[in-house]
Amino acid sequence: MGDSAISVSGVSKNFRIFSEQNRSLKGAILRGNRTRYEEFWALRDIDLEIPQGKTFGLLGNNGSGKSTLLKCMARILKPNKGEIHHRGRMAAMLEVGSGFHPELTGRENVFLNSAILGMTRAEIERKFDSIVDFAGEAVARSIDQPVKNYSSGMYVRLGFSVSIHVEPDILLVDEVLAVGDMEFQEQCMEKFADLKRDGRTVVVVSHALDQMRTFCDYAAWLDNGQIARLGVANDVISSYIEDEHGARSAAGAGVRFGTGEVVIDRFEVITDRGVNPAQVHSYEPVHIRMHYTAKERIPDPSFIVSIDHVDGQSMWSNHTKDADYLPADVRPGPGSLDVVIPALNFRPGTFYINGSVHSSDGGVLDCLNRSLKMTVIAGDPKESGGLVALGSHFDEMTPERPMKKAKAPGQGPVDLETYVSPHKRGEDRRQRS
Amino acid sequence: MTISSVRERLSARVLRNPTVNLIANLTMRDVTSQYKRTMLGRVWSLINPLATIATFSVIFGLFFGQRIVPGANSGLTNYALFVACGIIPWGFISTGILTGMGALTDNAGLLAKVYFPRHALVVSTVLSLTWTFLTELTMLTIIMAIAGGPRVLLYIPVVLVVVVINAVFVLGIGMVLSVLVVYFRDVRHIWALFTQIWFYASGIVFTIDVVRAGAKTIAEHGYGWIPLLGVFEANPAYQFISAYRALLFDFTFPSPGTWLNIIVSALVALGIGILVFNKYQAQIVEEL
Repeated sequence: MGDSAISVSGVSKNFRIFSEQNRSLKGAILRGNRTRYEEFWALRDIDLEIPQGKTFGLLGNNGSGKSTLLKCMARILKPNKGEIHHRGRMAAMLEVGSGFHPELTGRENVFLNSAILGMTRAEIERKFDSIVDFAGEAVARSIDQPVKNYSSGMYVRLGFSVSIHVEPDILLVDEVLAVGDMEFQEQCMEKFADLKRDGRTVVVVSHALDQMRTFCDYAAWLDNGQIARLGVANDVISSYIEDEHGARSAAGAGVRFGTGEVVIDRFEVITDRGVNPAQVHSYEPVHIRMHYTAKERIPDPSFIVSIDHVDGQSMWSNHTKDADYLPADVRPGPGSLDVVIPALNFRPGTFYINGSVHSSDGGVLDCLNRSLKMTVIAGDPKESGGLVALGSHFDEMTPERPMKKAKAPGQGPVDLETYVSPHKRGEDRRQRS
Repeated sequence: MTISSVRERLSARVLRNPTVNLIANLTMRDVTSQYKRTMLGRVWSLINPLATIATFSVIFGLFFGQRIVPGANSGLTNYALFVACGIIPWGFISTGILTGMGALTDNAGLLAKVYFPRHALVVSTVLSLTWTFLTELTMLTIIMAIAGGPRVLLYIPVVLVVVVINAVFVLGIGMVLSVLVVYFRDVRHIWALFTQIWFYASGIVFTIDVVRAGAKTIAEHGYGWIPLLGVFEANPAYQFISAYRALLFDFTFPSPGTWLNIIVSALVALGIGILVFNKYQAQIVEEL
């Protein structure tokens, strides 16, 4: 308690959703100020201590209340119940460049924006050069131009640069890490690392889970306005991914199109542990089964199964014609087809299973996309980044040096025949079809 | 204390205090961006009152033949100058309150994204309009000095005191209305309507003699209980304009009654303004 940068105790926040769109004086007088509304509790009884000098992540689905909590911490919203205390100077970065005036020059806007973020005149004058430097050469060249002439990239750079130069004891950040080009993002991450090194507290709301994993020390997972889990970031993020994105039919049952002579009923992800496990491990052998019903005989058909990352990146696909798997026809009635994947070499993430059935001339009979989600979590060996899992390990250092820690068992290439999941948790989960 | 030492202390405060710095910057934003991209720029702030003065002079001075009491020390009888001394302060009061009222709703995006002392928006809006008002007053003072003699220059410090009191009055009402308009958008329209009535109730285009005559007429018809004259004289806008007129048209000090009225109404407006604003300012963001 003593060394908390922010302490949140018993905080609840509700929003009133008014049944009538326009709240007018007439309405208030007629109804004697008893305007009809529904209450929506965005936060319920949140207790949270954010330790000083740590980076703390808030995660959860859309509408879980994480941004509301951040806004309450930032004093933008006032909780209905409970209290929030903070120690030291606090700045919020909920949107970069808020308060930029398009007609004013970059220089004037730096002064204005810094003032809005709570800097004193002396501070701004001291930091001005560094702010412009950080924003990059293009911005520096047009610092005396009105910002309406700036490109969106320059705008964001300057806004971010001002925000980061507030150098607060506590920085609240909402989804702004994903701005600018790669080079600028790296620059930003460096600056965040600097803040962390200086013992400043950072609270981040983000959907970029991988980024949060590397960036945050602790995290809280919010679900329906309550804290579902609180603790070390890595654990919280893992359990969030497992529980929230377990293999299940996507909302709305996916996107479907085609002429309809054959209808794809559903997909199944099958592993040794059952049908549609909550998550699949990297390197795990997987069958993807496509269930379909044909209304008539289809001669010379072809099938495609593909996997996309939730971000939209196509990960893999296979076509029966490319695989030389050429059935003579499809008989009317139900049927199924398996794609056998000996090892799912994906890094942890969430993926969509897609598929389609085609007639002999290539026409789409049915195509079902995004109907099934599959979550992949780390297998053994763990790897660090990217989209694919290669089962790599480090070796052959010259000159040979003694290793500080004994090689953990299981490190090294995976033997798929004897592969046993290190994560037993998924096994007791239901089998859903 | 010399002026330069005051300036030094002031700038030291701006250097150290983030809220003062914020208000200064927001004021600068409003002042510099107001006439950006217009060809005439700041000249517009003089053209507008001049056009109104010309209109009223023709209609009330020429057509209706409105007579005015010659200025006490200036001896001025020019109706256009009489209107000018009323219309310029009136412009400050009415646009000041109207713009102050919109200070929160117009900056909804900013309020939802950054925390800063919310009153800074209303204060800076009123300050930037005060700046515009001062440039107009400077122009007016020069014209009055040319028309009525340089004696008016002696009253400049007193005019500045009245401007400060006036700004406090506008700020107080602006603070109340800025919160109210967040909850009830109708207020803006009601206020526009009220302003029209208020304009004629503030004696800008006629002297109080006209009201006195009107009061006499209704008294003759048995409605003497209506305190027409009393309401007119209690109106702070009328009193503010009387103060400016005393100084700039008559070249005299405002009467003690005027001083009392403007000081009390400014303090009451500010008091209520701070009270209302502090009570509601934390909740306004979700209502925007």
